Order: sequence, then structure tokens, then C-alpha cells
Amino acid sequence: MNEQITHMAGQVTAGKMTRREFMGKAAALGVSAAMASTMFADAARAAGPKKGGDLKLGLQGGESTNSLDPATYASSVPYMNGRHFGDTLVEVAADGTIESRLAESVEGSADAKVWTFKLRQGVEFHNGKTMTSEDVLKTMERHSNEDSQSGALGIMKGIESMKADGDNFQVTLTEANADLPYLLSDYHLVIQPDGGMENPGAGIGTGPYQVEVDEPGVRHVFTKFANYWNDDGHFDSVENVVINDATARTAALQSGQVQLANRIEPKVADLLGRAPNITVQSTPGRGHYVFIMHCDTAPFDNNELRTALKYAVNRADLVDKVLRGYGSLGNDMPINAAYPLFDETIEQREFSIEKAAEHYKKSGHDGSPIILRVADGAFPGAVDAAALFQQTAAQAGIPLEIKREPNDGYWSEVWNVQPFCASYWGGRPVQDQMYATAYLSTADWNDTRFKVQAFDDLLFAARAELDADKRKGIYSQMGHMVRDEGGLICPMFNNFVDASNNTLDGWETDPNGELMNGQVSRKMWFV
Amino acid sequence: MKNIPLSALIGLMFTGAYFFVAIAAPLIAPYGMAEVVGDVWEPASAEHLLGTDNIGRDLLTRMIYGGRTTIFIAAAATLLSFLTGTSLGLLAAVMGGWADQALSRTVDLIMSIPTLILALVILAIVPVTVPILILVMGLLDATRPYRLSRSVAVDINVMDYVEAAKLRGEGRVWIIFREILPNALSPLVAEFGLRFIFMVLFISTLSFLGLGVQPPLADWGGIVKENKDGIVYGIGAALYPAVAIATLAISVNLVADWVLNRTTSLKGGRG
Amino acid sequence: MHPIIKLVFQRLALGILLLFGASALIFGLTEALPGDAAQAVLGQSATPESLANLREEMGLNRPALTRYFEWLGGIVQGDLGQSLTNKLDISESIGKRLGNTLFLACVAAIVSVPLAIFLGLLAVRFRNRWPDKLISAITLTTVSIPEFLIGYVLVYFISVKLGWFSSLAMINDTMTLGQKLYAIALPAFVLTLVVLAQMMRMTRAAILNLMQSAYIETAELKGLSTFQVIARHAFPNAISPIVNVVMLNLAYLVVGVVVVEVVFVYPGMGQYLVDAVTKRDVPVVLACGVVFAAVYIGLNMVADIVSILANPRLRHPK
Repeated sequence: MNEQITHMAGQVTAGKMTRREFMGKAAALGVSAAMASTMFADAARAAGPKKGGDLKLGLQGGESTNSLDPATYASSVPYMNGRHFGDTLVEVAADGTIESRLAESVEGSADAKVWTFKLRQGVEFHNGKTMTSEDVLKTMERHSNEDSQSGALGIMKGIESMKADGDNFQVTLTEANADLPYLLSDYHLVIQPDGGMENPGAGIGTGPYQVEVDEPGVRHVFTKFANYWNDDGHFDSVENVVINDATARTAALQSGQVQLANRIEPKVADLLGRAPNITVQSTPGRGHYVFIMHCDTAPFDNNELRTALKYAVNRADLVDKVLRGYGSLGNDMPINAAYPLFDETIEQREFSIEKAAEHYKKSGHDGSPIILRVADGAFPGAVDAAALFQQTAAQAGIPLEIKREPNDGYWSEVWNVQPFCASYWGGRPVQDQMYATAYLSTADWNDTRFKVQAFDDLLFAARAELDADKRKGIYSQMGHMVRDEGGLICPMFNNFVDASNNTLDGWETDPNGELMNGQVSRKMWFV
Repeated sequence: MKNIPLSALIGLMFTGAYFFVAIAAPLIAPYGMAEVVGDVWEPASAEHLLGTDNIGRDLLTRMIYGGRTTIFIAAAATLLSFLTGTSLGLLAAVMGGWADQALSRTVDLIMSIPTLILALVILAIVPVTVPILILVMGLLDATRPYRLSRSVAVDINVMDYVEAAKLRGEGRVWIIFREILPNALSPLVAEFGLRFIFMVLFISTLSFLGLGVQPPLADWGGIVKENKDGIVYGIGAALYPAVAIATLAISVNLVADWVLNRTTSLKGGRG
Repeated sequence: MHPIIKLVFQRLALGILLLFGASALIFGLTEALPGDAAQAVLGQSATPESLANLREEMGLNRPALTRYFEWLGGIVQGDLGQSLTNKLDISESIGKRLGNTLFLACVAAIVSVPLAIFLGLLAVRFRNRWPDKLISAITLTTVSIPEFLIGYVLVYFISVKLGWFSSLAMINDTMTLGQKLYAIALPAFVLTLVVLAQMMRMTRAAILNLMQSAYIETAELKGLSTFQVIARHAFPNAISPIVNVVMLNLAYLVVGVVVVEVVFVYPGMGQYLVDAVTKRDVPVVLACGVVFAAVYIGLNMVADIVSILANPRLRHPK
């Protein structure tokens, strides 16, 4: 019997036997179904990536107003579209190192001010044109020039000049930044022919799949690009199906209409995982669910009150109730262990009604209601989290009042405008970028109005510091400052919770983004 | 009032019970409205008769307070909608001419834009409080009773007995209240029951879209929404408010049906 | 000219006026909304520079009135313009969506309208007996449950557990009619349940209201069967309120099904409009609003005309 099984496994590995045939014959040999299933999966994995098949993804985060123009990407579906049809110069790998894509190698000058990207040769766009350094230059210009409407404009600020030089693309910075390659790995910076100057929404890139059907808010279909430069991208076609409703999304996954789904609600993840053909993929990330206070607006300009509110959050309970354990405790700073150079020794702030009451008393607050603005769209479970926060704050005698705002317009009217509200941060690949985006005095998105000169100085010092240990020390100091004086109440870091059908293989944990940093269509395959 | 049929009795009983629970909510509810008392989605037990909700609050308590909010808002909005709609509709039918045209076209204009979208947009402009919710829902919905009452009244207005009354020189108010209203009452009463339900569903839909009542306040639609993700996994928390909405709907309409029958038999019909 | 034809023309002219009114109202309301398309598109990733650039490109810096009249100028020439957010041609996008919406609405209407009227007549025929009560109870129950809940329960049992129908009602041009009908079976069923009750109850109420009239008694005395009396004598006179309610529900099937679209992931107009409102994509909001308004005004015109035709006293005004 063993011989037969081994032979059959060989057939599977060689791609000569389907799962159905294998299971049938194994049953005839008296092997239990569960056992046979495992054996089949092992045999199939031994075969390595298999080509072919039509992948369907059920995705949250698509609207009928979406465009294929990478500069406009702000939600999951456009982001995944860009991942299917486009490439960036470099990428952040799962372990946090820089991985080459369209740039074969990256080199920085000794002062970390001049960065040279050596471009891969013979890469073809979907329109048949060969990629040149001019295309790269134009792309970067489109995202950074004075007409730019790009979501990446913020990270392109420190660039003094750029030039295309034969096979090389060179960036010169106004100030040293050891993390520049991380900045250029941003998903908006998809290289387009002529930089997409002419027709940015054409959906022409260098990625493994080319655009076939573009129906914003409904579906986007991609087919394998015959002249793709790399050997990953194993499917014949990939389809992004927009399913914004969480229940509809999991139902589609369960009934096999899609093989992958993103944003599984934590409260149903366990239940979904019990389904026989589904695997829930939970990946710790850098995203955090937060309540933010403006440090320069009364009553939040009082650090005693801020500290009181920080102590009044029952973090463990929030992780348990709102994230259902699919996440980790926050420590009132935007950095966690998923970041390089994180200082593990910073003490975890615990829930304490006594300390909250004590600090509240010291703050001398007049007892008028403190209004916390929140919307369901701020982060999943935001309203519930606020309700729990209100409960524990009340125990400490802090009069918190929740005001629910409509989802519609929340990011333009409430966030970064009102002094106390719920928010979400997706995190950044490195600490420097996170702090520079939201905690530098002059940052546009300084949504806690945290303006401390000493902190800014440390940030710049860290950028120019090439010694990792010293850099880690500086970041630890900065973390303490935000944690103890900042306006950020960060109760929890959420995991990316995706789910896949067991017909797929090749999942790797990648903390950089949902659905393996958007690379499922390149790295997974059908068994 | 004797000879109340069994169905109407049941309807009255349930409607009465719901309204009583709504009014006496704080006395009846076993726990505080926003109090977290257990784990997430606990099954029914002696402490929690209906189990707990998506963040561990007692579901029965949430249902009782939710019923209070839902019934109050829906009832107030339906009343407002009917008073405004019917009076304008009857007036338009009796006056005819340009007044009818002006009113009917204005109503057409408002109705031609989907109510939900209008409500969405208006509630995004003005602050969402309970009185404003009632006002917006009631006025937007007044277009329906207006159209119905007008169309029924137009038909009645050309009946011989109305013409006779006009020839007798009766005033408009007299004609509206003595001739038209009694004869238009049956379809209006039938409609009232349904509109009340639509109001319950409307406030639920608004909650579904995040524009309903403010947390931690609950309404039944909001409870459905909070717990809907459990449905596909056989967790029934979302079904209780749905059952509550359905039973309330049926009982209110049983009462409406009875009133309908009474009004028709008042006219000496054959029962 | 025959007075009826004259009336139709009057109504048409009025309808077009109403459309302009509706477009102005929608434009005014969307302008009053906080935020604009540029902010909505950039969302949390907005910077002052990118905002300013995007506003410039979308032409949002020009006065509101200018933009409205430009749009009006375009629509008079049959040009709905371009979406602000994704630069796609609106006529093309809306054409597809509207086709889908009308398809679903038609299927639901073809099932629900005759069924509702038949059930209504049946309820009158067996008034106060068990068929009447059963019909009332069932229709009342279906109308009282939030439609998204009916949807989810159906999805759970019929798609996930039994696998009979698809939980995603995605349709596209490459499908045959049969495939399309199969794909939309669940949402069409939910919509039927939702609109059935009101139409059925109105039919029942309107006819019951007439059953006391003297001429009905005469008809009965003539020896006609109860069903004949209802169908021949009562029903024609009850048409006006029934048609009104039927038209309201048909309009609902076209303009009010956002929630069903969300649950079954159906690419219809409702979702398109809600997205556009969220993103403050004013030309798309206007285009959708005008299409909805046209559908509604058209259906109402039909209802009014049928009411007039059905009532001899209104047909020949003294």
C-alpha cells in the first residue's frame, strides 16, 4: 500500500493526478480522508508553484469612483489593482529588508544624501515599450512636481533633484535620509510608461498581469502578461471582486465564489476558521487603532488630563472585545515590535482606575463632558471601542461623551480637525517615516498637534546616524516622549486578518500589508 | 367596544406590551444600557435571558432600551408624517386648481429624489439629534400620505354626495371633515400601520448606514447591525430585534385592520 | 385635441420642469455638504499641496453657479460629462448600471405586481377567513423584517449551506439571459417580498372600501359570483389607489434598493450614487439624481393618467 501511495504522490507532484483522483484512490486503499488530504497537500507542495488557474479575490475597499491611476490609490481595491499590473523600484521584504524589483540594486552615498538605483534591463511594459530610466524619472516627477495630486506627495518632499542617467536613476536629497529606499517602495510609485504623464489611468505597467476589464466599484479583471520579466505570478487570470459588505464577503468565500478575502472581521474570524476549507491568515502588522487628542487645545493641553485618559483605557479588554485577540496591546506610541530598531524594554502602560482618577484630579478639569468623536469608518469596531472606553472612564470619574459622526466625510471634517476623535494609522515601514509623517512639529498630518522641538531634533539626528545601536537608543528616547507627553492614546495594534480557500498554497506572513503586502497574485498558486 | 375579534385582541395586547416596556424600560431592564456584563456573544443563560451582544452587553437590556428608542422615534415621525401629509393632501384635493398643482409638484419634486439619499445628505449637513431625526424622517415621509390621501380624496370629491354638499353651500372644512375624511379613512388607516413599520425600518436603515441614534443608545435596527455578522455562523443575536420588529409590525397592523373593519361596518355595510 | 392627449403633453412639460428643479435641488444639497471631491478622494492622505492641485484640476475653484450651468449646458446636448474622480465617461458607466438596475427591478416587478393584486383579490374573496389572515400575516412579516436581514438569512441557508444559488449577484455582458436570471434569483426574491405587502394590502383595502357601495349589492343581486363581482365591478373602480401604490413600489424597486445591492454585491445604480455622494463627485450625483427623478416622474405620470382614464367622472370633467 505504501508503495502505491508513494507512486500516487509522485504522480501528483508531476502534475499528472488531480486531487479528486487522488482522494478517490486513497479511499480505495483504506486511507482516511483527513490523512489523504494531508498527504495530497504535502505532495502538491513538493511540486512547488503550479502554473494556471483563475484567482478571484473578494475585497473590501472599492468604490465606483476608483481610478487605475496609481497617484489616486487610497483604499484596498485600487491598491491591489496596482500590485497586479504594476511594479515599484524596490520593495520591503517580509523581514524588513529592501528587495529589488525594477531596480536591480540601490546604492547610497556615504552621507546618505545621493541615492543611485541601477535599473533592470529588458523589462517590457504591457504596451510593448521597453522600460527606460526616463520612464522612472517621469513617474517620480509626476508624483512629486508642483501639480502632483499623488497620495505619495508627502513622502517625496525631501527630494532636491532627480536625474535619469543611462541605466541609472539618481535621487539627491536636501538632507540625509538613510531610509530613502523605504520611501520609494511606496505602493503609489508604480512605474508607468512616460511616467503616466499622458494617460495616468490607462493601467499600463510592468507587472505580471495586464488589465482586461476595469469596472470601478464592481470588478477588475487581469490576465497574465506574456512578456513579464520575472517568473512569479502563477495564475492565468486574476479578478478583484469588490465586496464591501463583510458578511457578503465571508459568505462568498465560504461558498467558493472567491478564493481569497481581505478584512475578515475579528469577531467572526474564529467562526470562519472552523469551516473545513478555509484558513484564516492573521498577520501582526504596524496598523494601530487610536484615539487622538490635540495637545494644543483645551482641555487636552493639560498633560495630566491626557495621562488620566491614557490610564482609563482597558487595553486588554479592547484587544479582547474589539479585536477578539487578533491584535496586540498598544503603548500610547505608534511603534511596536514589527518595526526594526524597536526598544522592547519600554514599560507597558497598564489599565488603572486609581491612577486615572488621580491624574484626573491633578488636572483640575471642571467636570464638563469630554467629547470623543467617532465613526464606524474610523476603524472597524470604533464605536464599540469608544463605548467600552466610556465605561471604564466613567469608573474613574472622567465624564466621557461619545458623539458618533457619519462615516461620510469623517477624514476631512473630523480627523485632524476636531480635538479628540478616533482614528486609524496604517503604519509605515520604518520608525523614521512614521514619526516624520505624524509627530514632527511641521508635519501636515500631525494629528495630535505634538510640537516638541527636542523631539524634532532627535528625529533628524537619528536620520543621519548610521550606527544601528545609537539609532535604536534615539528612537527609544523618542518613543518615551510620545508615550508620556503625546496626545496619542494607542490601545491596540491590529493584525491583518485575511482568509484563503485551501485550494491555494504559498502563503507567507508579511507584516508590511494585508494579503501578503498585496503580493498574493504573484506568490501564491493553486494546488 | 365589545365584540373585539381575537386577532385584534392579540394585536392590542402585543402593541400595548411593547409600548409599556418602552415607557417603563429603566424599571424593567435587568442591567444598565451600556454596561458590559459578560463575554462576547454568550448564549442564553439564567443571568442573560437572550445572551450577550457583540461586545458583551446584556442583549435583553439592549432590546428593551432599543425598543424604547425605536418605538418613540417611529411613532413620533409617523404621526408627524400623517398629520402633515393627510391635511395637505385633503386640502389639495378639495381646493384643486393652482394650489393643488403647486403642492403636488412640490411633493413630486421631493419624492423624485430617493428618500434615503435625501435623508443621508440632509443628516450629513445638520447635526443628528433625536428631534432632528424625527423631523427629517417625518417630513420626508409626509409625501406618501399626501399622495395617497389626495388621490383617494380626488375620487371622493367628485362623488354625488360631495357635490350635493357643495351645492348646499357647505364650507371646505366641513366637506373635508364630514364628507371626505370618513370615506377616505379606510385606506388611510391601512396605510398608517404600514407607514409605522416603514418608519421602524427607515430608522433601522439609517442606523445601518451610521446616521441613526448616538451610541451607546440603541435602536432595534442598530442592534441588528451590530450583531449581523453572527448570522452566517448561526448566532441568533441579530434575529431577536428582527423578531421584535416583525411582531410589533404585525400587532400594530392587526389593530389597524380591526379599525379598518369597524370603519367600514360603520357605514352600514354587510360586515 | 383630445383632452387626454393634451393632459399628457401638459404632464410631460411639467415633468421636464420638475427634472430641472430636481437637478438644482440636488446640486444645492451636494454643495451644502461639508468637504469636496478633492478632500474625499485624498482622504486621510491629503496634504495641502495635493489638495490644491486636485481642486485646480477638477475645476472646483470656479464658482458653484458656473459649474452648475456648465453641467446644464452639457446635458441639454445629451452629454452627461466626466466623473471628477476617475475621469470615466458618465453616460457609459451609468448606462451599464442603469441597465442592471432596470433588469433586477423588472424581474421583481413581473413577479410581485400580479402576485400582489391576485393575493389582494383572494384576501377580499375570503375576507376574515383563514386565507385572508394567512396572506396578511405572511406579507406583513416579510415587509417588517429589515431587507438586509432577509438577504443574509437567505445567503446563509441557500448559498452557503445548500449551495443552490450564488450569494454574489454579479452579472456582465457575456452572460446569457438564463445565467443572468439565475444570478439575480436571490435579490429578486428579497425585493419581491419587500414590495409585495404594501401593494397587496392596498388592493385589499381599496376593494373592501367599495364593497359596501350600492352598485356592488346590485351586482350581487344580479346573481354574479363573489369573484366576478370583485373582478368586474369593484376592481376597476379601485384602480386609482392601487395603481398609485404599484407605481410607488415600482419606483422603489428602481431607486431604493441600495441595501439589497450591498448585500448581494449587485452592480446597480444605488451603490454608484452612494459612492458618488461619499466622494462628492457632483456630476455623477447629478446624473444619477436626474435619472432617478426621471424614472419617478415618468411612473407617476403613468399613475395619474391611468387614474384619470379609470374614473369616468375625471375623464369627462364637468
